[in-house]
Amino acid sequence: MISIFFKRIFLAIPVLFAVASITFFLIKLAPGGPFDADRAVSPQVLKNLNEAYNLDASNWEQYLDYMSGLLKGDLGPSFRFPGRSVSEMISTGLPVTFELAFYAILIALVMGVISGVIAALKRNTYLDFIPMAIAMIGICVPTFLMGPLLVLIFGINLEVLPVSGWGQLPGDKILPSLTLGFAYAAYIARLSRGGMLEILNQDFIRTARAKGLTESMVVIKHAMQGGLIPVVSFLGPAIAGLLAGSFVVETIFQIPGLGRFYVEAAFNRDYTMILGTTIFFSAMIVFFNLLSDLAALWLNPRSRDS
Amino acid sequence: MNNNSLWTDALYRLTRNKAAMFGGFILVLLIICAIAAPILAPYSYSYQDLNLGASPPSSDHLMGTDVLGRDLLSRILYGARISLLVGFVATGVALVIGVSWGIIAGYFGGRVDSIMMRIVDVLYGLPFIIFIILLMVIFGRNLWLLFGAIGAVEWLTMARIVRGQVIGLKNQEFVLAAKAMGVSNFSMFRRHLLPNILGPIAVYATLTIPQVMLLEGFLSFLGLGIQPPMSSWGTLIKDGVESMEEYSWLLVYPGITFTVTLFALNFFGDGLRDALDPKTSDN
Repeated sequence: MISIFFKRIFLAIPVLFAVASITFFLIKLAPGGPFDADRAVSPQVLKNLNEAYNLDASNWEQYLDYMSGLLKGDLGPSFRFPGRSVSEMISTGLPVTFELAFYAILIALVMGVISGVIAALKRNTYLDFIPMAIAMIGICVPTFLMGPLLVLIFGINLEVLPVSGWGQLPGDKILPSLTLGFAYAAYIARLSRGGMLEILNQDFIRTARAKGLTESMVVIKHAMQGGLIPVVSFLGPAIAGLLAGSFVVETIFQIPGLGRFYVEAAFNRDYTMILGTTIFFSAMIVFFNLLSDLAALWLNPRSRDS
Repeated sequence: MNNNSLWTDALYRLTRNKAAMFGGFILVLLIICAIAAPILAPYSYSYQDLNLGASPPSSDHLMGTDVLGRDLLSRILYGARISLLVGFVATGVALVIGVSWGIIAGYFGGRVDSIMMRIVDVLYGLPFIIFIILLMVIFGRNLWLLFGAIGAVEWLTMARIVRGQVIGLKNQEFVLAAKAMGVSNFSMFRRHLLPNILGPIAVYATLTIPQVMLLEGFLSFLGLGIQPPMSSWGTLIKDGVESMEEYSWLLVYPGITFTVTLFALNFFGDGLRDALDPKTSDN
């Protein structure tokens, strides 16, 4: 266990280093400088700007400069918002995105696991077919369609929930979290149904039933631990998907989170912001993948001993 | 002969699966509509009737018109061309990379295999959507780049599946016999290994197409994918969202088209998997 943990961490460091380097040089390939605004800047101003941001130095110097800053957690200044650093912008957007992702995962887990487990227990009945049909809808209706449809129904036609914002009006967190969580609820429902079906056929479940445990005891204590391993291993990659989902959801609902900052940086060609967030996102995803792999290993008794 | 009966068996099972046949029927219909868009579409996709503006569905415009007075049905039909093209071409790119990578890793085994699959593992853990956005920002929003970028992301699972299949095959007698006869590596891949793994490849390719289309829709929705005057279903949904408060049909029709297509592709893919590999049909 511990050796796997360290092995994975040692693998993650060179990967993140490579990501940072590749992104840095890719951005140097980009056409146009960061100060090519609509109105031209006078040559003297441009020269001063380039000097201030150290853009006159050779690519190698800039690279070494950036990487040494990175080690100290300094991601450089934002090109578009003078006076603000990239790290500062990430730290304002991150809590919002985390909160949104947390609610979404919570919704997805509660809805997904409950309906998946029930579907597996009541296999080939309506309690199986209906949740699985809804799950299929959740997989086929993309977030960027689900969000606007929910807004149209609950925000505009029924007027029961606010259509945008985050933490300003009561209930404005419901629609974004639901939009983001629903697709994952669908995947988790299918995964937990599949995992449970596999486990429920095994001998130790028959033994547990034979020794007279109640059905809820069998399911909760014995079957779910193994049956939900696929769900746990899915959570790591799901974080990456949630991130992409947050781009869309934060744009639709005008939420000032990291996802919207990233999309805006992409439009504004705010290269330092793009570079910083890309490295930051990669680090986060590598970390969450590691976490979910370890959790899945720990849940599986066969790999726990080794 | 054995090979033949596998495919005829599979075809038989597929034709008995109603959901899959329905999905397949919708798909064929959509492909015909996309190809014949210039004939079927009542108007050109860029024709504007500015006097009309946004109008609800009527007998002249079956799905209504958008804010600029363009016929929505025609735009959906032309959008089908772009959306399906992205789906098929990007899946093709993913197929070529993934199958070659998987065959080489699986067949040579040993150190080659462990290095190649390690690379796949590492790439799996990276936020690829961000790299696609990065590429679109740096190199401009170009259709061919979009194909390449999406294809370059979706090949990883394909490589894993193909590698697993090849490892299962490579110690079978016919492969050993071919090797003993001195068949070159390339013709080993093409004539002996590839035909035997076509089933899983076909299944996975069918299931990759909806994912690719989702990804394109996602990028276009953010404004980083297909650029005007071209339109895909993703851009139509984006436009629909912008004016959904007054003109909800502009969101509803493209949304239904997109969702039904994804349903059809998923049903057909699931049916194909069940038909080609009856063992896994329970999952």
